[in-house]
Amino acid sequence: MVDPDVDLHVPAQRAELARTPWAVLAAISAGGVAGACGRYALALALPRQPDQFPWATLLTNVSGCLLIGVLMVLITEVRPAHRLVRPFLGVGVLGGYTTFSTYAVEVQRLVAAGAAGTGLVYLAGTLVAALAAVAAGQALTRRLARRGRPR
Amino acid sequence: MSFLYVALGAAVGAPLRYLLDRAVQARHDSLFPWGTFAVNVTGSLILGVLIGGATAGVVPGALGTLLGTGFCGALTTYSTFGYETVRLVEEKAAFYAVANAVASVAAGLGAAFIGITVAQAIWS
Repeated sequence: MVDPDVDLHVPAQRAELARTPWAVLAAISAGGVAGACGRYALALALPRQPDQFPWATLLTNVSGCLLIGVLMVLITEVRPAHRLVRPFLGVGVLGGYTTFSTYAVEVQRLVAAGAAGTGLVYLAGTLVAALAAVAAGQALTRRLARRGRPR
Repeated sequence: MSFLYVALGAAVGAPLRYLLDRAVQARHDSLFPWGTFAVNVTGSLILGVLIGGATAGVVPGALGTLLGTGFCGALTTYSTFGYETVRLVEEKAAFYAVANAVASVAAGLGAAFIGITVAQAIWS
């Protein structure tokens, strides 16, 4: 599975196409509300001027990426989860918590505010840190799972 | 009150991401994550228009919170994008991984720039 939201290469997820999966949609919606409110709370806690580095969004996106790495290893490699766990936690909570649109607009705002250098550092820094966080979340979870497994 | 706007927007945005993602995948059987790419670029365009409109004074704060922070924030995702990119590397599809990272960032930024520019041209 490549796409953690929904990957039609996975037969069980392709089956979700056949009917409108109301339970799945409700779980995603509820998770999305929780995740987005968490993101908003963090943004309120770390206010900034348009020419300042967007720490709140960076923190949100990097921590969300770490957690998706942990979650996906847990439910695809360690032990199978209830069918609503991925929709609620992965698609909903983490998808609603992290944001791509705010990231893109903040880069534009930094450039428009005359802080192009900060914008470039933010642009590349988020990408590198987010990808490293996914890999770290996966690696850490795999290591802990191996240690916890009886031989 | 503003948390209610965020919640309402996200309640629609997050499931819409799932539905759009699978609709795109159903039409393009590819290793490249077109579904997530499409929602991220679309959401960046919409947020750009909203921010441009807010700067011009035609988008009130509450609408910005509902549609920007709530809807666009939940419609778009960095966690799914990041996970997919790392998974493509693990699947020995490094070309797709790099292409996804570069194309998503470039197209998302381009969409945000276009959205803001168009909104400012119309409203200010």
